Amino acid sequence: MSTALQSNEVAALAHQAAKLRMRVIQMSHRAKSAHLASSLSCCDIVTAAYWDVCRIDPAKPTDPFRDRFILSKGHAATALYTALAFRGFFPEALLDTYCKDGGMLAEHPPARLLPGVEAATGSLGHGLPIGVGMALAGRMRGETFRVYALLSDGENNEGSVWESAMFAAAQKLENVCVIIDYNKWQATARSNETLQLAPLRDKWAAFGWDAHEIDGHDIGTVASTMRNVPNGSGKPVALIAHTVKGKGVSFMEDDNNWHYRAPTEEEVGKARVELGLA
Amino acid sequence: MRNAFADEITKLGDSDPRLVLLSGDIGNRLFDKFRAAHPSRFYNAGVAEQNMTGVAAGMALSGMRPITYTITPFVTTRCLEQIRTDICYHDVPVIVVAVGAGLSYAGLGPTHHACEDIAFMRALPNMKVVCPGDAFEVRAALRGALQQDKPVYIRMGKRGEPKVHNAVPAGFEIGRALVVEDGSDVCLLSNGTMLPEVQHAAATLRERGLSTQVVSFHTVKPLDTDFLRDAMAQFRLVATIEEHSLIGGFGAAVAEWLIDNQVQPKRLLRFGTPDAFFKKSGEQEYAREQLGLDAKHIAARVLASLG
Repeated sequence: MSTALQSNEVAALAHQAAKLRMRVIQMSHRAKSAHLASSLSCCDIVTAAYWDVCRIDPAKPTDPFRDRFILSKGHAATALYTALAFRGFFPEALLDTYCKDGGMLAEHPPARLLPGVEAATGSLGHGLPIGVGMALAGRMRGETFRVYALLSDGENNEGSVWESAMFAAAQKLENVCVIIDYNKWQATARSNETLQLAPLRDKWAAFGWDAHEIDGHDIGTVASTMRNVPNGSGKPVALIAHTVKGKGVSFMEDDNNWHYRAPTEEEVGKARVELGLA
Repeated sequence: MRNAFADEITKLGDSDPRLVLLSGDIGNRLFDKFRAAHPSRFYNAGVAEQNMTGVAAGMALSGMRPITYTITPFVTTRCLEQIRTDICYHDVPVIVVAVGAGLSYAGLGPTHHACEDIAFMRALPNMKVVCPGDAFEVRAALRGALQQDKPVYIRMGKRGEPKVHNAVPAGFEIGRALVVEDGSDVCLLSNGTMLPEVQHAAATLRERGLSTQVVSFHTVKPLDTDFLRDAMAQFRLVATIEEHSLIGGFGAAVAEWLIDNQVQPKRLLRFGTPDAFFKKSGEQEYAREQLGLDAKHIAARVLASLG
């Protein structure tokens, strides 16, 4: 079901993802903000979306025909802000105002304030219904675009996600794609020990979606499966992306303390080395 | 009111291709004409109000003008956070339409009563709160709401209420009180579904020699403060009457405005439901009578207050 990427394309995306991670780590350090590990686990997905998959033009952020990428897991805002700035939706200098008094970049993405932010998220379980509404509007208006909604695994706790899953399936919204950043942790515990998600792919399939499990850090596979939406199944597409929370920095990986911890100056330096950007 | 709603949106849908109707699995056959005329713009969103509301916000963010519709508690309280965050925070033009305001569905029990929704809705930034007084006001409210390009909450009764107007009132404007009957001693500010009942109360007061004005004070937010200022100065007694809790509703909005602006009414009475669930079985007429919201009780309390 995939349109494979060339190896040089994959290498370029991987390098971009590393730069994204580095900036995300710096932002968390400077602002002493939480959710660093949640941002790191989805950097490959966000990079694939913004540098390969989505038909978007930073010069025309409200083009009705653009693909929509919704960061439903709004607590990973640093990954979104960095991607939008690097892609030219707004100046990179704005990233330095993250969490500063009087700024526009709060810890969760704001509503109708920053170019490229499609929806204000932060309360979980909201991004998918909004995205489904966008997709239906596109269908009614004859605007063919795709909607990608990135959800956290903990977000699958919310009933509204499943309401929306059933509705999108009934509406046969084959241009909607959910990507689940399945890093196996939620804020304070293992996801599956909190509310049982497993078998998550089967759940989404049972709800009427064309559901696939992928390696969420194999950026070539992430991009090619996301490219391939709609995929001919006639169903909305769910990608259960297996990820590692804190991915990219060895001492953060799969350590849930980094859901809330911010790195020190020294840790930022170590991360830079590990990301190959020193 | 609901039949007028169904008819009016069908007509509005003819002229505005952005209008979309989302129903929370109610209104069996009610929307047949809308569905026939606009098949691609009707969605039965199922018994899933959180999703319905988020979907509506997403549609509005992509250029449509959606209306969400179901029974009052389910289209407001059940999905309150979606209304707050998806609609109001994004400040998008979704019209939330509730059927069964106040005690309209008294017989269905407290799960279906709606005496807190105005309080919830008017607390939300960007939200306008409109409570039409009869079927013609429902039509006017819908037309007005579509012109707002903003979130609007419309709170309707059910079906078969007495008509107060003979046609869509020309003077109806969201945010402006509408004088229905003129008077000079007592001013009865009626909110929403109470209007016919208030007219009966006014008739009793007139029989007792009190010149009584009846106002359809349909918009709770924004409040028509010009009207209120004049009314407080002019009338011996002003009363707010609503089929809603005294906590956070229309009367509360008026009282807050009075205090915040140091306006001194000569005499102000607030009529509404108490801070309690109404647990007895029985229809709307019975519930109103039990709670002092029928014409007889309203008139009696006004007369007693004036001595």
